[in-house]
Amino acid sequence: MKKIISVLVENKFGALNRVATMFSGRGFNIHSISIGVTEDPEVSRMTIVTSGEANILDQVIKQLNRLIDIIKVIDLSAEHHVARELAMISVNYQKGIRSEIMNICEVFQGKVVDITIKSITIEVTGPPDKIDAIINMLTPYGIKDVARSGLVALKREEQIIIKPKKEVTIS
Amino acid sequence: MSQTHREMNGAEIFLESLRKEGVDIIFGYPGGAVLGIYDKLYDCDFIHHILVRHEQGAAHMAEGYAKATGKVGVVLVTSGPGATNTVTGIADAYMDSIPIVVFTGQVPSKLIGNDAFQEADIVGITRPITKHNFLVREVDELASTIKKAFFIASTGRPGPVLVDMPKDMLAKITKFIYPDHVEIRGYKPTYSGHSQQIKKAANALRKAKRPLLYVGGGVVMSNADRELTLLARETGIPVTMTLQGLGSFPMTDDLSLGMLGMHGTFWANMATENCDLLISLGARFDDRVTGNTETFAKDAYKIQVDIDPTAIDKNVKVDLPIVGDLKNVLAELLTELAEKPVTTDFTDWWSMITKWKDACPLEFENSDGKLRAQYVLQRLSKMTKGEAVVVTDVGQHQMWTTQWYEFNHPRSHITSGGLGTMGFSVPAAIGAAFAIKDRPVISISGDGGFQMNMQELITAAAYKLPIKFIILNNSFLGMVRQWQDLFYKEKYSFTDLSKTNPNFVKVAEAFGCKAMSTDNPAEVDGLINEMMEYNDGPVLVEFKVVKEEMVFPMVPSGGSIRDIMVKRLDPNRLV
Ligand SMILES: Cc1ncc(C[n+]2csc(CCOP(=O)(O)OP(=O)(O)O)c2C)c(N)n1
Repeated sequence: MKKIISVLVENKFGALNRVATMFSGRGFNIHSISIGVTEDPEVSRMTIVTSGEANILDQVIKQLNRLIDIIKVIDLSAEHHVARELAMISVNYQKGIRSEIMNICEVFQGKVVDITIKSITIEVTGPPDKIDAIINMLTPYGIKDVARSGLVALKREEQIIIKPKKEVTIS
Repeated sequence: MSQTHREMNGAEIFLESLRKEGVDIIFGYPGGAVLGIYDKLYDCDFIHHILVRHEQGAAHMAEGYAKATGKVGVVLVTSGPGATNTVTGIADAYMDSIPIVVFTGQVPSKLIGNDAFQEADIVGITRPITKHNFLVREVDELASTIKKAFFIASTGRPGPVLVDMPKDMLAKITKFIYPDHVEIRGYKPTYSGHSQQIKKAANALRKAKRPLLYVGGGVVMSNADRELTLLARETGIPVTMTLQGLGSFPMTDDLSLGMLGMHGTFWANMATENCDLLISLGARFDDRVTGNTETFAKDAYKIQVDIDPTAIDKNVKVDLPIVGDLKNVLAELLTELAEKPVTTDFTDWWSMITKWKDACPLEFENSDGKLRAQYVLQRLSKMTKGEAVVVTDVGQHQMWTTQWYEFNHPRSHITSGGLGTMGFSVPAAIGAAFAIKDRPVISISGDGGFQMNMQELITAAAYKLPIKFIILNNSFLGMVRQWQDLFYKEKYSFTDLSKTNPNFVKVAEAFGCKAMSTDNPAEVDGLINEMMEYNDGPVLVEFKVVKEEMVFPMVPSGGSIRDIMVKRLDPNRLV
């Protein structure tokens, strides 16, 4: 099963390593991990996407909690949450196809962040399936490079939930 | 700030911080990166530095000291090889939750990461085997880091902490300010159990017909042996202990079923299989205890008390978890039970247990005039009245000790359980002997494991420690031989030491110990007496025992009580 785990850690060297060791030590693959500082400069938030057997994942969450540098571990998959990813996709294009690419970009509410006569780089954000979809759409045109940020996610506050259980997807 | 703080260099701050922590003994070995500290140690009158012969020895000594006293054991070593030599001891302390703090020197800050002479990334190496570790970059952070290290090592579920100290940092000067409390927002152990859960546990106890207390090392660590003893005696519930739990409840008490698990007693394992309520106290459902987790106490309602939330449900799913310190939880449970006691009559339960005990007692061949390890241990237990601190190594002798030595006090049975580290006993006994002066300290090893850290005999001799070193010499790596015998068609691949063992008496004498040896059962009592009465320094006794003996009963790895082997199958009897 797939899990999104949000981890608040002390912003100290080695903290990422401790977390990564916890996963690698149990043979778990981290699908994505993103780290950034929170409103408190001494605290970072890691958003980890991983998959594995449910009971072992529960054990990993407990073990993460045991690490001294870890302040809080939240299993976001068990909560209502918003999750977003940012991707930059650079596409090589032949003459005359540029507008087609621009159309796709627009449909996905992407932004052109770099353009030359040979290539175009699009920035797009959204839930991972939206990113997958635009990559899928652009593949036939010849994708040169893709950089994905990995997921960042936050728990949704109770009162703003409109449709419980269903992820709100854009477009 | 009204108080004036003295300026000191890092090395002095190190020593003053240890003083603040109440440390008066450290186990160490000098080297380049910690020369600054050794320079100050030379004139230090408040810390007793024990010079070991190998850094692995220092780590095990700190463990032995910590297990015997409950205090934090302290190690000081240099960078690179000094640090890496402690790794086995650190891993051992991690597996058995032993509070030690290991201080390692590190190359100067500006050389870190440069493959400098004697550099090893010991913080990286020990990350998965420490409760926490630190690299101290600024001398201003040294005192507060040491404070945190001791706090983390000794609280919650205890464990090893490593503090890495670059050489230049130790030479820098700053004001010595020792914090009087620590605040770590990610680390807040839960000490008192959830009252509602404890009430439920009391109810379960009142309802059970066949309850069993399954006791692990946590009871020893939290000093909850008195509470446990009260609970057992007031309710009449049988007690079985794990390897690390031995001693938390007197084995001479009728309520004790001895150890459970792979080499546990038949009746303890049968009681586990047949109980309707299993109360796990500070035990971790280790695979050497459970065998097949599917069948382990399968019909029982399971209560698990542990200070570490990660221990809950780890190997076996429980019905009622209680996270908290055992001493508090048991005290609260006793109060509950005082209000409304357990009134169940357990006569039927006990008669089942007695039947199992009679059906399959612990026994060994004792009439052929040959010397066996079990006999030595049985005599040792009787002659020391179960009052000694016994430190075992890993192997057959370790399991026989659990079967034949009747431990009556907590912190009396010291052994490497989780990691199963051969070479543990000799140095761990030395560490214990520095703390324990009113009871004899006895180290028991096999001939194989003894050779893994026998260099530390000279440490015992140098400090004139009256340790009794026993070698149960079966001329084999006995426990491996046993598995080869049972599961690998008696192919004794590289386990026969009979032609290549050293002369242990000469070895011991060369290392400054009095030494004796026998292979005659009639001489056992005499030698034990002589050994116990000799107090001028360490004494070693080698008992040459038969090599064919195996540890029974045995529940094969991953099996259940149905697979128990009580005796070796005699192939002739099968025909
Ligand atoms: C450091 C280490 N290496 C290897 C082992 C594997 N091992 C477990 S028991 C054992 C044999 C121990 O033999 P000995 O010390 O003579 O004790 P005995 O079993 O004969 O009592 C071995 C090799 C171990 N536990 N630790």
